[in-house]
Amino acid sequence: MKTKTFCTYETAWCPGCGNFTILECLKIALEQLGKNPSEVLIAAGIGQAAKTPQYINANAFCGLHGRSLPAAVAAKIANERLTVIVDTGDGDSYGEGGNHFIHNIRRNVDITHFVHDNQIYGLTKGQASPTSMIGLKTGVQIDGNFNEPLNPVLLAIACGAGFVARAFTGHKEHLIALMKQAIKYKGYALVDILQPCVSFNKTNTFTWYNRRVYELDESYNHKNKIDAMQKAMEFGDRIPIGLLYREDKVTFHQKNAILNQGTPLLDRKTDLNYMNQLIKSYT
Amino acid sequence: MYNLLIGGAAGQGIDTTVSILEKLLKCSGYNVFTTRDFMSRVRGGHNFSLIRFGIKSIYSHSNRLDGIVALDEETIQLHKEQLEDSGFILCDTKLSGLDSRLIRIQMDAMAKGLGNPQVSGSIAVGAVLKLFGESLDNVRTVLQIFIKQQYLDVNVKAVEEGYASTETHFSHLNGMYCDQMLISGSKAVAIGAICAGLRFYSAYPMSPSTVIMETLASKADEAGIVVEQAEDEIAAINMALGASYGGARAMTGTSGGGFSLMVEALGLSGMAEIPLVVIDVQRPGPVTGLPTRTEQSDLKFVISASQGEFPRMVIALRNAYDAFYQTMRAFNLAEKYQIPVILLSDQYLGDTTFTVNPFNPEKIQMISPKLEYTENTEYLRYQYSENGISPRLVPGKTKQLVAVDSDEHDERGWITESAEIRTKMMDKRMKKLEGLKQELQEPTFIGTNDFETLLIGWGSTWGPIKEAVNLLNGDNNPHYAALVFGDVYPLPLKQFKEKAAKAYRIIDIEQNATGQLADLIREETGILCENRILKYDGRQISGEEIVEQIRKGTVK
Repeated sequence: MKTKTFCTYETAWCPGCGNFTILECLKIALEQLGKNPSEVLIAAGIGQAAKTPQYINANAFCGLHGRSLPAAVAAKIANERLTVIVDTGDGDSYGEGGNHFIHNIRRNVDITHFVHDNQIYGLTKGQASPTSMIGLKTGVQIDGNFNEPLNPVLLAIACGAGFVARAFTGHKEHLIALMKQAIKYKGYALVDILQPCVSFNKTNTFTWYNRRVYELDESYNHKNKIDAMQKAMEFGDRIPIGLLYREDKVTFHQKNAILNQGTPLLDRKTDLNYMNQLIKSYT
Repeated sequence: MYNLLIGGAAGQGIDTTVSILEKLLKCSGYNVFTTRDFMSRVRGGHNFSLIRFGIKSIYSHSNRLDGIVALDEETIQLHKEQLEDSGFILCDTKLSGLDSRLIRIQMDAMAKGLGNPQVSGSIAVGAVLKLFGESLDNVRTVLQIFIKQQYLDVNVKAVEEGYASTETHFSHLNGMYCDQMLISGSKAVAIGAICAGLRFYSAYPMSPSTVIMETLASKADEAGIVVEQAEDEIAAINMALGASYGGARAMTGTSGGGFSLMVEALGLSGMAEIPLVVIDVQRPGPVTGLPTRTEQSDLKFVISASQGEFPRMVIALRNAYDAFYQTMRAFNLAEKYQIPVILLSDQYLGDTTFTVNPFNPEKIQMISPKLEYTENTEYLRYQYSENGISPRLVPGKTKQLVAVDSDEHDERGWITESAEIRTKMMDKRMKKLEGLKQELQEPTFIGTNDFETLLIGWGSTWGPIKEAVNLLNGDNNPHYAALVFGDVYPLPLKQFKEKAAKAYRIIDIEQNATGQLADLIREETGILCENRILKYDGRQISGEEIVEQIRKGTVK
């Protein structure tokens, strides 16, 4: 599948990297949703995955390592008409940006967060990421990683996120469908996308994931938080992918007394009469 | 001019009592200058405020007192030495002591009699008004600002009872400046930001900067701004950058510790060319330091904070009037040059209330990013230009795409490692400094053109230095002048060089341990300023202290 609207560019990724699939699916999802490039903002921090905004025909905010969430939510606060997507890696999202991850779930600004989760640091050439499994050997974790891996989807559900999904680059149509749902969801939506790192993660390979993942079917009720947490914890011989949890929640824009009045923040003006009145209140 | 100290423990309501009293004095037409000295605790300890008021302009606090309102014994013990023989100590009858200057009234008993022990502060207010020969004219109007409706009557009654409880001690002065504003430095910054069209403020609470966030939050609904408390200062500045990129005029504020966390993102503002205003309300460091006290020790830090090289502007605020206009100017400079502009304030300036002429927001014409694109060529966010400034568009407002990048990038905003582009982009960004230098405001000159001694300082010491120069030149042989810098980076040096050439000696006055401004001046001009009056005990130097140090001859 090729998309026109969001174009195709040369990348700096390794051949066979899961990033290609995620990028392609993102472009298709945006195109199928009928988005115009000028209304879409792709934000990222630093990392191999975080180069995504460079390879898509849309507005781009390539910020600091770990800090794309605060910048992205504020861009959405500034202009609610933008479709804001944070598309970046597991290190950027859960490691360097862990604090922002937790607190932006609480804010529930209407943005979408796609995390390229390959359980390894790519750009810095192969060190443990927050999601690396116990035992994974790297140039730094020479005896194997012995820290407990973070479970991002479980954490997100526990923190109160209203849209939490897990996907795998080996299931493209499934990923596109989830991306579209996540973008359409009113509030903070997380899709943790499992992908292989062909250069540095020799454990969690395409085959490793492919043998384990299975798509959640219609019998699964994504509205039940306890079930969702149980499913989120399933990460071993079998790994469920799909929408784990969904709940309609009041968004930041709906809660904020300024933003819920319908005028995008950037279009507001401060009235001169008001300024003079304000100054007078100090006399 | 009178100088009144109100002291007690944290939690005794000093803040409200002082706010009411200073407003009443302002409404009587006086110039008012109130400093706040408080400890980093919620209950207990010793806190005090100094209210200086009179008909003449007031630039500094003074440690010589005409009156003390003591809400506890400790206040008397700590401050009675500062009290003039003609002064008074107003306190409750339960406090002991033999000082002939004591005026005891039944503050607590009267409050109890009124059925509300919390109105003792209002009783003190009434007594103070009487002691200074003031009337009760504005009492109800002023109390309404600070006291909830249901407690208004009892507090008015309390002021009246306090008033009746004592006799006039000092002769009445005739105030004539009723139209002035009474505002603190931090509140002037907040109002300046609103008048500049601020739309988004994100910050993490940190003394002494929190007043700015609280002031903005209290006006957010009426002013149409979003104030967001961030999870940390890193989020605060990155949010401000995201909002600014998104087209909302944005600002963040903190003190030195929070600024330390913001440093990397300061560079993002410089590299990605996103307009940003950051205020650092300084307190003594390093690290936690003295959280509620004052210092000017972040100058060298903020002018060089963040890795790499990029243009920035640093403006130190000198008083509340300056705070308002410089805040507005900071937004314009940030927008015009697409750079970070850092405002330097400190606890002294931030928490001190000043009477000033009403601000006029129309004095500064605000500039905004373009909301349409009329060129026939493809839009390039980082287009090379003569002055280094590229056209800034807001994403989503036109068909053009806006890409910003923390990596070195080409004109379009895409990553590059090209040596040629790198050099051109660095040159483009650094070229903005040349434009900025044309915008610089020379330091304020104070005193006589006939000077022998030139005092130099920056920011909040403006007031104390001005008072010192006035005092030193008070005899018939004026020899003193001063230059107080507002713009500190880039450093405007034209006037300094002229004056320094004429000066017999230069004395640097700063609230830090090393003399950071003097060092910068030497770096830029080679002029060494050996004489330094440096104070770093967390308390602001007063005009009188400067005079004393100069007269003592401890400085050459």
